[in-house]
Amino acid sequence: MTGSTVDLFLLVGAALFALGAAGVFREVEALRRIIAVNVMGSGVFLVLVAIAARGEGPPDPVPHAMVLTGIVVAVCATAVALALADLSRRHGSSADDKADR
Amino acid sequence: MIGRVAGWALPLGVFAAVAWAVLALPSPAPSLTDEALAAIDESGVSNPVTAVLLNYRSTDTLLELGVLLLAVVSVWGLRRADHAAAGPESSPLLEGLIRGLVPLLLVTGGYLLWIGAFAPGGAFQGGALVGGAIVLLALGGLTGRWFADRQRLLRVGLSVGLAVFSAVGWVVTAWGSWFLEYPEGMAKTLILVIETAALVSIGLTLGCLFVGGGPPDDLETGDAP
Repeated sequence: MTGSTVDLFLLVGAALFALGAAGVFREVEALRRIIAVNVMGSGVFLVLVAIAARGEGPPDPVPHAMVLTGIVVAVCATAVALALADLSRRHGSSADDKADR
Repeated sequence: MIGRVAGWALPLGVFAAVAWAVLALPSPAPSLTDEALAAIDESGVSNPVTAVLLNYRSTDTLLELGVLLLAVVSVWGLRRADHAAAGPESSPLLEGLIRGLVPLLLVTGGYLLWIGAFAPGGAFQGGALVGGAIVLLALGGLTGRWFADRQRLLRVGLSVGLAVFSAVGWVVTAWGSWFLEYPEGMAKTLILVIETAALVSIGLTLGCLFVGGGPPDDLETGDAP
């Protein structure tokens, strides 16, 4: 893939990561934070896939395998985080009290 | 006002730092493409990504199946599924969608598993489609009773991927190989066996994670905590 296309993907990945990071620190509600972490993760995956595509010849399969593994782990982490968030909402934790106010 | 500016300075700073870091990486990147392609004939598959996932770095994938199982165990430990909320919704549109899409998703999942050996695809892509089929069934309120009635089968299905993968890893040591080092000529068969078991586990795990809780002990009197 040409250098400028890869650079574009790298920059979009960095932008997604930064947007997600902003969400993690700015949002109070647990659900929004979980989504923000997922946006950060998508940025990391995009950067890894773009890095794999640099240079001549076929893309590097190792980052691709890492991204595939990462997506599955991210899904699992999200599911556990959502279950925890639901539990804390039912028990009325302080963070969500703030969000309700 | 100052708070707003400070609030946007953080993501902009993060973006600048990350963009600088990724653009400053050496190009062409140090790559394992040549190593991966050099051993592709011995790996049992011709798709390099599948070769990395299930041969060169199969321990990663084995532990990943462990993560899937752990996630289901954690979610089941945290809460029960709200079957009452997701009762049988008899909408003709949803019913038609389920009738049409679920068989198609399952067949396509199996197809993706098979072509994973030589083209983009594999157990995770196929498992995602099977998971999608279970999500559709759950939206139609059809999984609650099924899961509750077949808890043992469900548990076996959730763990079969990890179990078969570990079993294959240990069995090959009888041929004098290391853990998960496939004997010559058997790689293709063993990878297919592992991927088939993994597909079942991944699909069920994703479906169960969507349902978001353990099956109630008794649907009739099961009161969610």
